[in-house]
Amino acid sequence: MKFLAARRRSPLVASALLIGALAVVGGGYAALASVQPAEATMAVGTETQVEKGKQLYLEGCSSCHGLEAQGTKVGPTLIGVGAAGVHFQVSTGRMPLAAPGAQAPSKENIYSEDDIAAMSAYVASLAPGPAIPSAQQLDYADADVAFGGQLFRINCAQCHQAAGQGGALTQGKYAPNLMESTPEVIYEAMLTGPQNMPVFSDSQLPEGDKQAIIAYIRDLQEASSPGGLNLGRFGPVTEGVFLVVGVFAALIAAAVWIGIKSR
Amino acid sequence: MTDISPHQDTPSQGGAPHGSNGHGNAPARLGYSPVADIPHKPRATDTDPKAARRAERQVATMFLLSMLFVVLFVVAYIAIDPTAVVYIPVLGAVGASNVALGFTMGMAILLVGTGAIQWAKKLMPDVEVVQDRHDMSSPKRASAEAEANYERGKEESGFARFRLIRRTLIGALVLFPIPLVVMLRDLWTPDEFTKGKSPADLLSTTLWAQGTRIISDGTYQGSHGGEDSGGEVAGEVEASEDSVAFRPIRPEDLPVGGLIAAIPADLPEVEELEGNFNARGKAAIILVRMEPDEIRSQQGEGWDYQGILAYSKICTHVGCPIALYEQRTHHLLCPCHQSTFDLADSGNVVFGPAARRMPQLPIGVDEEGFLVAMSDFQEPIGPSFWERG
Repeated sequence: MKFLAARRRSPLVASALLIGALAVVGGGYAALASVQPAEATMAVGTETQVEKGKQLYLEGCSSCHGLEAQGTKVGPTLIGVGAAGVHFQVSTGRMPLAAPGAQAPSKENIYSEDDIAAMSAYVASLAPGPAIPSAQQLDYADADVAFGGQLFRINCAQCHQAAGQGGALTQGKYAPNLMESTPEVIYEAMLTGPQNMPVFSDSQLPEGDKQAIIAYIRDLQEASSPGGLNLGRFGPVTEGVFLVVGVFAALIAAAVWIGIKSR
Repeated sequence: MTDISPHQDTPSQGGAPHGSNGHGNAPARLGYSPVADIPHKPRATDTDPKAARRAERQVATMFLLSMLFVVLFVVAYIAIDPTAVVYIPVLGAVGASNVALGFTMGMAILLVGTGAIQWAKKLMPDVEVVQDRHDMSSPKRASAEAEANYERGKEESGFARFRLIRRTLIGALVLFPIPLVVMLRDLWTPDEFTKGKSPADLLSTTLWAQGTRIISDGTYQGSHGGEDSGGEVAGEVEASEDSVAFRPIRPEDLPVGGLIAAIPADLPEVEELEGNFNARGKAAIILVRMEPDEIRSQQGEGWDYQGILAYSKICTHVGCPIALYEQRTHHLLCPCHQSTFDLADSGNVVFGPAARRMPQLPIGVDEEGFLVAMSDFQEPIGPSFWERG
């Protein structure tokens, strides 16, 4: 402390404070922005696929979802969730669950595309359910981004935030950030309503609407930030924190420099 | 600006405010701090002419650099394509023009500022000075004069003598604010939609009525076509062909666990006539579907339709629109202040500052099989207001 007290009037203090503040803000921002994408494509389930899927299911899933996928106290039934549900949960690493909690977090996917296809085929063979969307269903090239934006704001933005950044729900649950989500995963999430997300079936949001929403999310994902740091696109909250922590610190550093007596 | 000579305009206030060493109104002795009685330590620029010249050069350099940045600003304005994007570490992909203009203009003004400060710190006199505060009260003579003026005015106007004039004047001034209060009635404009309704009536009723079809809220405006949709209107967007925007809803359209943001079928028309979003602000609802045996209670007998429940979208706390519906817990969360309503249990508040449950809209189907309201809301939607108690 004595060292600090003796040096606090040094001309370097201002620059040190400024650099420190920038490091805190920049480092904090970098620490918050971590990512992990996942993608897979899907073929129709064959006999052998179903057999293989059953094996994988028994090894990886049955402890919670039951030997017959009928559900247990700790896991819901998978009968009727369809191939889309399985593909969404497994390809994003949400399943298998590492530990019970408020919500299954997205993490590194441990299965190969073939494995996921096999498990999807097995669960789809138990009962009819939403299928994995085809390449044609996922083709959003002709979709209207602006219309997708309107649909997104009416149906999705309440939880995922207007720029798709996600947000908090009750008791530790949250709506995930969509910035790394593939069209396939977005489509499947709408079809199946994973975890606490409501279902948006084709009768609520027809294929064309879903494509428009996907086009909007892709547009958000590709959008640059002409003004520089977007600070997570959360708007006034993160911008306010940046102002208070970073800019105020810089202003204080400037005031300290002005106040230091010249030698 | 700072005056180090004694203050001639204020008489001595008797007793030196700065202690007993007697320099209260005396000029500060050069080279000596008048505040703390310690020797003034000269700066390098005071004693060393070389240092002074160096400081001079520093200040001049900053001003020169400022000029340079102004030139660069103009160059950047002309030369850089406003749509060009450039990658800058930390900032990411940013508009080249934005960054260049902001940086050069910022540096230009910053260098003027730092130059001025450096000038003041290094070269301007740094002798401590004492400047006494002047007396806060007005001079005796001025206050006596004001008092005399007041007394003379009272005497000459005869305010105390003419009792009738005095009382009628007070009466006139007391009545004057009444027109201002009366005009408050204009807060509810008697147009054709609100005629004959008090603000409390307007807050208590919505567009919903028996048989009003429930339609999916597909867009804000414009996408439902209309006579004028031939021309290209900026900002208007077309719904996709199979879109359910502004289409009536059948019960089978909404799966268990599903959510639909919905409005009354006549809202688009009313909205267009009224030219505002007042009707929408009251009538917006959400439809959710759960298994019928998951519904623990409702606000009225049989207000659901086969597990489909309709609740107001407007939070009863301060009126934020809510659709953060968790399909497993059946909780509806308001993002503004975390009020949480349990839609499986009459929309009761389970958490947060909301004081009232979320009003439920009784629904059924019409003869064509579309979802309709069975009546208006049975209690006012949205936040509390005076007349509601």
